[in-house]
Amino acid sequence: MADEIKKLIKETSAFNCVECGKCTSVCPSAAFNPEFAPRLMVVKALEGIEDDPVTAKNMWACLTCEICNGMCPYKVNYSGFVQGLRTLSFKEGKLPICSQGGLIHTMQRLMANEKLKQNRLGWVTDDLKIAKNKGEVVLFTGCAYQLGTVFADKVGYEKEVPGSAVKILNAAGITPAVLEDEVCCGHDLLWLGDEDSFFKLMDKNVAALKASGAKKVIFTCPECYRTVSIDYQDFSGDLPFEMQHISEFVADAVREGKLKFNRMEKKVTYHDSCRLGRHMKVYDAPRDVLKAIEGVQLVEMERSRDKATCCGVNAWANCDEIGKKIQIDRLKEAKKTGAEMMLTFCPKCEIHFSCATHNKVPVEKSLVDIPVNDFTNFIASALKRS
Amino acid sequence: MSAEAVASAPGEVWEPRIVAFCCNWCSYAGADLAGVSRLQYPANVRIIRVMCSGRIEPQFILRALELGADGVLVCGCHIGDCHYIAGNEEAEKRMKTTAELLDILGIGHDRMRLEWISASEGEKFARVMTQFTDQIRKLGPNPLAEGGEGDGG
Repeated sequence: MADEIKKLIKETSAFNCVECGKCTSVCPSAAFNPEFAPRLMVVKALEGIEDDPVTAKNMWACLTCEICNGMCPYKVNYSGFVQGLRTLSFKEGKLPICSQGGLIHTMQRLMANEKLKQNRLGWVTDDLKIAKNKGEVVLFTGCAYQLGTVFADKVGYEKEVPGSAVKILNAAGITPAVLEDEVCCGHDLLWLGDEDSFFKLMDKNVAALKASGAKKVIFTCPECYRTVSIDYQDFSGDLPFEMQHISEFVADAVREGKLKFNRMEKKVTYHDSCRLGRHMKVYDAPRDVLKAIEGVQLVEMERSRDKATCCGVNAWANCDEIGKKIQIDRLKEAKKTGAEMMLTFCPKCEIHFSCATHNKVPVEKSLVDIPVNDFTNFIASALKRS
Repeated sequence: MSAEAVASAPGEVWEPRIVAFCCNWCSYAGADLAGVSRLQYPANVRIIRVMCSGRIEPQFILRALELGADGVLVCGCHIGDCHYIAGNEEAEKRMKTTAELLDILGIGHDRMRLEWISASEGEKFARVMTQFTDQIRKLGPNPLAEGGEGDGG
């Protein structure tokens, strides 16, 4: 085990750490959790102070939001370090307490099983123009439909995101292909340390995407976008198609005059999810889209773009009182802007923020009651019908 | 629940393995009554007693199926009779979600069933167990059971 940790330290340049503590100063988790600090975690592993970093509970407190990676003057890859530790930890059978009793992870492992034939396209309605399995432009729908089924009653998360994405693409004159054999991208299992199941999911998706003949793949979920563009290409080599987030697609289409929007009097704020923002560096496209909708006013939160804070939970693994504090803190910030709603692309940010205000809140309710809506649905609702 | 508890041993003739979650106050007592009344029902059912059907999370059902159970039954008090006022109403909502999930995942909602069985309904308990076992027998083995083991975790 010690060798594996040494290897990990080398791979993630953790030995470059000069103990300046910038990572800890920006860490959203450390701000509320006195027991966790990215610097401490790395230093303990470097100095061998922690008997076994793999069993350290603290590693699960990391949100893998990569705000520390961006701050570090010596480019230590903290999130990679944590991910490596989690993989080692999972091999030892050590798991954190998972949200929903681990339901989401079980669903994802079941998708990895080749004996089950999923009914993945249950969301398709007659008004949507789609091609099945084959096409030049593929829409990677992600798990919005499944999550919608689980969370509709709980926090009102709607499963219409894939449908909205198709409407947008249709309006731009594209008939996207959707894949029956698509499975979960495996993001959560990878960040939980379950690499075996992740690889199964990856192989299935890569095969399905290659078989579709896609030249371009469009994502709505920031996590799918990150996982396919970064992790799949890291593990299985370059993929033979272009990848684009729906916000980038819409921003381009608006520039080319392919998409037109109705006037909408709305004051909104935008939450940069960590996967779309810091991981994929997509900051401008969503803002350009908002600018293109006449009447929409964007008010920025104090911490936005690469300084945006996290939604408090990652990989459905560490939903606790710290996460709740982070969420309440962020919602207060959003409410303070005076916006009518907070928009985000990430289904998890939306679910976690909605969950935070769903029950009793530890502060005055009026300080945090701002609706959190899906950006893709928002774009679709503003589309001008031709 | 360990994988061994639910997966069939290799080479054995297939018999449905059914996990039944029964609430302490009604359904488990119903099972008791079926027993003391010497009513016959298939021995394919493994009963897990829980305090309330509202305790059953969708995850319990998915996990049981992942580990190789061929069917899962959830039994609780009749609506209005819940010992904890409305636990069974919660169970009803959750099982609706679970049924949808099973369909989406390709397992099929007919591997799961929700039944209300009161403490006086020993006869109903035996009948439900027989019917459900027949239903699972017709569906055949759970595709996830072959190979026997779950993925850990």
